[in-house]
Amino acid sequence: MQEKNGEKRHLFDRPGSLNMVLRIFFSTLIVLVVIDLFVHKHPFFGFDGRPSFYGAYGFVACVVLVLAARFVLRPLVKRKEGYYDK
Amino acid sequence: MINSLPPFLLLICGALLLPLFRGRARTFYLVALPLITTLNTFLMQQGTYWTIEVLDHRLTFGKVDRLSLVFGYIFSIITLIASIYSLHVKDKGQHIAGFIYAGSALGAVFSGDFISLFIFWEAMAFSAAYIIWSRRTKASEEAGMRYLLVHIFGGLLLLGGIVVRYHTTGSLTFDYIGLQGLDSWLILLGFGINAAFPVLHAWLPDAYPEATPTGTVFLSAFTTKTAVYVLARGFPGTELLVYVGAIMTAFPIFYAVIENDLRRVLSYSLINQVGFMVVGVGIGTELSINGTAAHAFSHILYKALLFMSMGAVLHQTGRINATDLGGLYKSMPLTALFCSIGAASISGVPLTNGFISKSMILSAAGEGGMLVIWLALLFASAGVFHHSGIKIPFFAFFSHDAGIRTTEPPKHMLIAMAMAAFLCIFIGVFPGTLYSILPYPVAYEPYTGAHVIDQLQLLAFSALAFTLLMMSGIYPAEQRAINLDTDWFYRKATRWFMGFAHRPIASFDYNVVGEAYESMVIRPILKTAQFFRLVDSKIVDGLINGVGKGSLGLSDVLRLIQTGKTQDYAYVMALGALFVVILICIA
Repeated sequence: MQEKNGEKRHLFDRPGSLNMVLRIFFSTLIVLVVIDLFVHKHPFFGFDGRPSFYGAYGFVACVVLVLAARFVLRPLVKRKEGYYDK
Repeated sequence: MINSLPPFLLLICGALLLPLFRGRARTFYLVALPLITTLNTFLMQQGTYWTIEVLDHRLTFGKVDRLSLVFGYIFSIITLIASIYSLHVKDKGQHIAGFIYAGSALGAVFSGDFISLFIFWEAMAFSAAYIIWSRRTKASEEAGMRYLLVHIFGGLLLLGGIVVRYHTTGSLTFDYIGLQGLDSWLILLGFGINAAFPVLHAWLPDAYPEATPTGTVFLSAFTTKTAVYVLARGFPGTELLVYVGAIMTAFPIFYAVIENDLRRVLSYSLINQVGFMVVGVGIGTELSINGTAAHAFSHILYKALLFMSMGAVLHQTGRINATDLGGLYKSMPLTALFCSIGAASISGVPLTNGFISKSMILSAAGEGGMLVIWLALLFASAGVFHHSGIKIPFFAFFSHDAGIRTTEPPKHMLIAMAMAAFLCIFIGVFPGTLYSILPYPVAYEPYTGAHVIDQLQLLAFSALAFTLLMMSGIYPAEQRAINLDTDWFYRKATRWFMGFAHRPIASFDYNVVGEAYESMVIRPILKTAQFFRLVDSKIVDGLINGVGKGSLGLSDVLRLIQTGKTQDYAYVMALGALFVVILICIA
């Protein structure tokens, strides 16, 4: 990180602040999973009323999304920046 | 009795008066005109107004009901915000084109017949192309021309559908159409090009990122949402649209993950969001149509907000690729805050407007028992958070510092962003304000414990996936590259076709046709010309030298018309097309 002399140190420049953010984030996840157990659900299909269905689905969806985009779509469609000018 | 004016008339006529103003007066006018338009729209009462009899046909410029009003309100509001955002722009043409574009969209939304709808439809295409050209780069010039060609094609499909429909039904009233017969298919395809249906969508991520920082804000609001409105008016409950919409929500997010240009990422996510609205139209229940209208309202606000924040980044740094940015929160903290509010809204975080509108469409799909569609929409909700909610603010403002030191954008840009951000949160906290203007009475409660916790879990665990993939290095690094889309077919494949055409066809043309042309046409003409020159120089010349001066004057006038600028020709073409349409209608 090349900081100019005298420039004020910002939020994420401080050592440890990233770890702090991550710690808060992971605790939030746990809290959400715990609260979920006590909330009365109105499922449309049945399975979507199971505890933490939405969390699990969101996680899997994003992993699938990123893997498919990186390993399937990008090899198919990536071209150099001047592709259309040739 | 109605006390208001047709909103399109206010904006379009108002735009034409803009050159009269300079300096401070112009700044004032640029705020006052859309402000008056907004007040005017809010004063409009339901009913049918401003009808003109043209021979046998009645043109209706004011079909005002609850469906058209929702779109009218938000179109007016966003015109005001976008105009404030672009106050620094000196080029009058851009302001005029922006107002004409917005005015045409308002005109289309309140059109009660196909003729006026078609006129506004074409006016939108031309003014939007002008907005794209206004960046005056080679890329924007080419993208604008492709945009125009695609939309002229769409306009022709629409026109064909209208003609066939008039022939079979004898009516030009624009109301429920439903999918039956050739005319309805042509009209649906014409609408579908503007709505960026899959395969027909490539014009959007092609052109929007090439416009100016301010132009894209205008563009993001009107074309696709006008298409959503006409779909909701003409094709509610058309099952095909459920599937089309579901595909629209899903495929662009894959592109958004690997795209480097951040405004192009937003363009793909725009298609994804319009997909939700198209699904809502396809389901066709009161809840889903309400959801579509509400989501269009919310979406215009947060999408404009996101494009404004990225426009501010581009305006201040001259860069927009994720590979060039990072760490900007240090020098643009307010812009980063507004961008994050837009990102939260598009992701549907509770207490933002995205949450209270998108969930209506998901609930409508769930209540209809459409399992696959519901799963696809949920997948898209997680995906949109991933690329618009996290990727946009993260790569622009928070990821590793790219060393750029700049300042916040001009005040008026910040004010425009603040207005949009305020509305995003206000509507999220008080959903009743939006629900009260929807087409049907709303019996939907967004803030139940289950809704809130489900949505928070969906988002938090999507964020977890992003965090883990990022930390493990699996997340695809942004690369300086472009990604092919269906515009390849008309950008690259046509070139091969031209290459093929060049050899056999051109050589035939040159050798056979050209030869014949020369001996049969050119030589006789030259001979005749020689004869006339003789007559001219010997007899006529002396007599009427004065006429020569007259024709010189005429050619000066002609030179004014023949400017050689594509934009001017485009407007002349549009006028001509309009004239032809009117002729057809009258005949």
